Amino acid sequence: MATKKASASETESISSASRSTPEPVATKKPAAKSAERVTAVEMGARQREISVSEFFTKNRHLLGFDNPRKALLTCVKEAVDNALDACEEAGILPDVTVRLEVVSNGQPVAASQANRFRVTVTDNGPGIVRQQIPRIFAKLLYGSKFHRLRMSRGQQGIGISAAGMYGQLTTGKPVKIISRIGPKAAAHFFEVQIDTKKNEPLVHENKQIDWEQPRGTQVTLEVEGKYQKGRASVDEWLEQTSIANPHVKLIYHTPEGETKEYARTYHELPPQPREIKPHPYGIEFGMLLKMLQDTKSHTVAGFLESDFCRVSAQIAEDICKAAKVSPDAKPRELKGPVAETLYKTLQETKLMAPPTNCISPIGEKAILSGLYKQIKGEFYTAVSRPPAVYRGNPFIIEAGLAYGNRPQDQNKPQQPTMPKAEGEGEEEDSELARVIRYANRVPLLYQQSACSTFKAVLSTTWKNYGLTQSRGALPGGPMVIFVHMASVWVPFTSESKEAIADYDEIQKEITLALRECGRRLGLFVRRRERAASEFRRRNIFELYIEEVVEACNRLKGGKLPKEKLKAQLQKIASARTGGQKTDHALGKTGAGPEGLPHSIIVTAEGIEGETAVASQVEADQAGTAPRATSDAPGETTPIEKPASKAPVVKARHPEKSPRKAAAKSEQTTLFGGKSGSKMKTAKPGKSTAPRKQK
Amino acid sequence: MATKTKNPTVVEKKLIGLADIVIQAAERSKDPTLQIPIRALSNVSFNEKKGLIEMGSKKQERSFFNVGMAKRFMQTVLVADALSELQRADLTTSLREIYYRTKHTIKDSHENTFDAQDESDPVIEDLEVSLAALREELHVSAENRGSIVGPVVFGDDGDRVDCSKLGKGGYSVPSIVEPEYLEIRRCTADFVLLVEKGTQWNRLSEDKFWRRYNCILLTGNGQPPRGVRRLACRLHEEHRLPVYVLVDNDPWGYYIYSVVKQGSINLAFESERMAIPKAKFVGLSSADPENYELPRNVGIKLNDKDIARAKELLNYQWFKKPAWQAEIKRMLASGLKYELDALANKDFQYLTKKYLPKKLQERDWLD
Repeated sequence: MATKKASASETESISSASRSTPEPVATKKPAAKSAERVTAVEMGARQREISVSEFFTKNRHLLGFDNPRKALLTCVKEAVDNALDACEEAGILPDVTVRLEVVSNGQPVAASQANRFRVTVTDNGPGIVRQQIPRIFAKLLYGSKFHRLRMSRGQQGIGISAAGMYGQLTTGKPVKIISRIGPKAAAHFFEVQIDTKKNEPLVHENKQIDWEQPRGTQVTLEVEGKYQKGRASVDEWLEQTSIANPHVKLIYHTPEGETKEYARTYHELPPQPREIKPHPYGIEFGMLLKMLQDTKSHTVAGFLESDFCRVSAQIAEDICKAAKVSPDAKPRELKGPVAETLYKTLQETKLMAPPTNCISPIGEKAILSGLYKQIKGEFYTAVSRPPAVYRGNPFIIEAGLAYGNRPQDQNKPQQPTMPKAEGEGEEEDSELARVIRYANRVPLLYQQSACSTFKAVLSTTWKNYGLTQSRGALPGGPMVIFVHMASVWVPFTSESKEAIADYDEIQKEITLALRECGRRLGLFVRRRERAASEFRRRNIFELYIEEVVEACNRLKGGKLPKEKLKAQLQKIASARTGGQKTDHALGKTGAGPEGLPHSIIVTAEGIEGETAVASQVEADQAGTAPRATSDAPGETTPIEKPASKAPVVKARHPEKSPRKAAAKSEQTTLFGGKSGSKMKTAKPGKSTAPRKQK
Repeated sequence: MATKTKNPTVVEKKLIGLADIVIQAAERSKDPTLQIPIRALSNVSFNEKKGLIEMGSKKQERSFFNVGMAKRFMQTVLVADALSELQRADLTTSLREIYYRTKHTIKDSHENTFDAQDESDPVIEDLEVSLAALREELHVSAENRGSIVGPVVFGDDGDRVDCSKLGKGGYSVPSIVEPEYLEIRRCTADFVLLVEKGTQWNRLSEDKFWRRYNCILLTGNGQPPRGVRRLACRLHEEHRLPVYVLVDNDPWGYYIYSVVKQGSINLAFESERMAIPKAKFVGLSSADPENYELPRNVGIKLNDKDIARAKELLNYQWFKKPAWQAEIKRMLASGLKYELDALANKDFQYLTKKYLPKKLQERDWLD
């Protein structure tokens, strides 16, 4: 019974866990009359408080530690989320290093066989003050994020300490932390464990050490886990993280000794999300009661005005009048039916939607940049929806698409000119699209089918956009669908944050975003098909003419003037296919990459579209010649003198004061040096028009 | 085999005509186009007087400069080339060999002229129809599928084949049985029994049914191939033998019977040569389970495909006879189909000892 209680009111009991006293025996129900009677007193003797830590030790699956493979991912995820949240809040462009090492006793074990790992996550964030370190890492539900409505990756303050507890449970090893708050301060080394009974930290080791990093935090966990690549792996998670967070430089040392580097392709921090007060529509009755108790205001009207957003003094008075509550009544004295009337009135009063500038979306350009960097395709597009509200919580939906095979890749498998045997080359078309989901920039890897985003993808009619789709299935084709929900409070279906709950408002926004992406893709696909089919037509005839002429020649006993027949047939062929028109079918004239905003198109000849994004990635990746940025990108730019440009774009990005930049506008985009300075003069704000407009 | 000639055969001339179509069209800057009779239900009609399915005069155009047809056109020319090569060399080959002979990767591409045999087979049939040349004349044979046993003597490549002295295995029916390839030297049988299934043919052969009833046992192992049909037709026409058909009691069995009797839709142009309008259906009839007291539990439930097919059959003109409508409707009403093999439920030799003797004696068959 007690256990049930703790789980049901997880959030509530948590904040009061350390202070609450055992419940009085008298409140318990009398023991049921049965053969073996146990008195209430006896039962009472057995009833005692359960600490959150104990609860989660038993119920670790609630936090994502159900199996060794997932547990390893959860550890990495919690540590990286914390690192990124800290860096961003402090206004630092995050550099994060993740290192997974196999821990073996004695003989070296292959990574895929090992069952014990050391996870080390290092960031260049603000560091943590010495006094707080033990509690942050070894006390559940301790943190800065729960008590405010602000968009962040973490929400409850369970994650990293739960990971530590999991390590402690499976390997007995403490969590090791190094943290330094600045070059002048000393670095502190801690080894902490959690006292699961009291939910209090136990400090094993605490000393000052030398650390090569001037600032930042490093967490080392030793945990039982299983490393396996593929779906829902650490590798996939980090890759997806880098797609949605192109402002992060991520270095990943795999347990197999490889080093993967995810470069920073977007050199500006996302704008700081702002903290907001709850909106009356978003609270429940119990929450209102609690707020009434906790408020600092002395009058109900003052409480309404100061503790909620979108409630002005005038509105507060109107609400009081409507609820028949004296505006000057003391909030703490509102109870029972009166409070209930107030709650109902609050829900019925017409209020403005909550402010939405508290959310920081990734932004269309950054999504493009991330997708382009990580996914090979020929068409990319991204859409950020305007903010919307569900249950009083503002949110923004963003969607993106990466479609097709990059031209280089298309050529590759065809290079070996082996004639195809019967049955070969028929398997390819079965590929289905992949959905990558994010909540507040964190990839969601599990429970795809329970997720609102996934449902929205399924319910979108992709056939309208030139794709195949069987009933109730994902669309077919080489495609990655990106969906991101940013909100002050993302409604997850469970504590382990794996799927977004299915609110109508959310579903609608996702669908709208996907449709816009789909429309652009449809235009692209159709144009490609038209051009390709014309091309194919001519190609077909040219290919077959040779065959037909040869066969006719043999039929006629080899006495045919072959060249003459061939020329005649070729003349008919080109007269019958659109002639020069085919070249124009690609729609190379006009604005934008084929007139599609916020899109990148990769062709054999080069990259069109948000070329700044593209060129920079190219430069970062391999030092290949970047297409020139700015006004006339794309087709005509010569690749003559890239050598001087490339390093500029790549090497030192002007480290502007991120705060200042962030304050400027939510959608300003700065890509590397050159285009950056250009954009500064441009008007900040939504850049819906394609940049290539002439 | 035909004797070698230096002059091009009629068929070869027809094949060369294909090249002429291309050349002439090119001369006049026209799209080379072949006229191919349509082989589908829409282009056949049932000639009630003759009792044959006949092909109509509808044709489809296959032109080169049409994206949808270009490849087919190219393939048709290639196959024509291969076929004329056969004519010149005076060889007979199989469908599959034609496929391999014409398959190659088109120059400067990754595309094959043919990807699978099911692309080349219909092209050969197209040529058969449009050139009005028989498959034998094209020197293309199918796999030998079918067996014959009974009091008949053939001359095959100069060898004497006495089908009454070939044990229970019999003689394997070649796919080309035209007189110049297969000679019927002597035939003393009274009738021909064409059995759908090889297993039941084995039963009859093992029991020497043919000896007691002085008949020829023929099977095509399922839908009888052209060789079997043509041989039955020759025995019927040249030696006046009645032909009886013994098939499973299901829509497919009915259809096999109808193909033997009236010809098939696909090969309607060959009906004249293949069909045996006087063939009779001895069984299994949907009335047999009751007449022969087959228990219901040896039946098989008709599946959706069976039912759909049966309903199609009801609409075919050549199944419009009242007796046939009743026969098919009775099967649909019972919801069950019966295999020939099910007769074994009564006795292993029920087919040879009871069922067929009774049927033949009572002349219990459908026309």
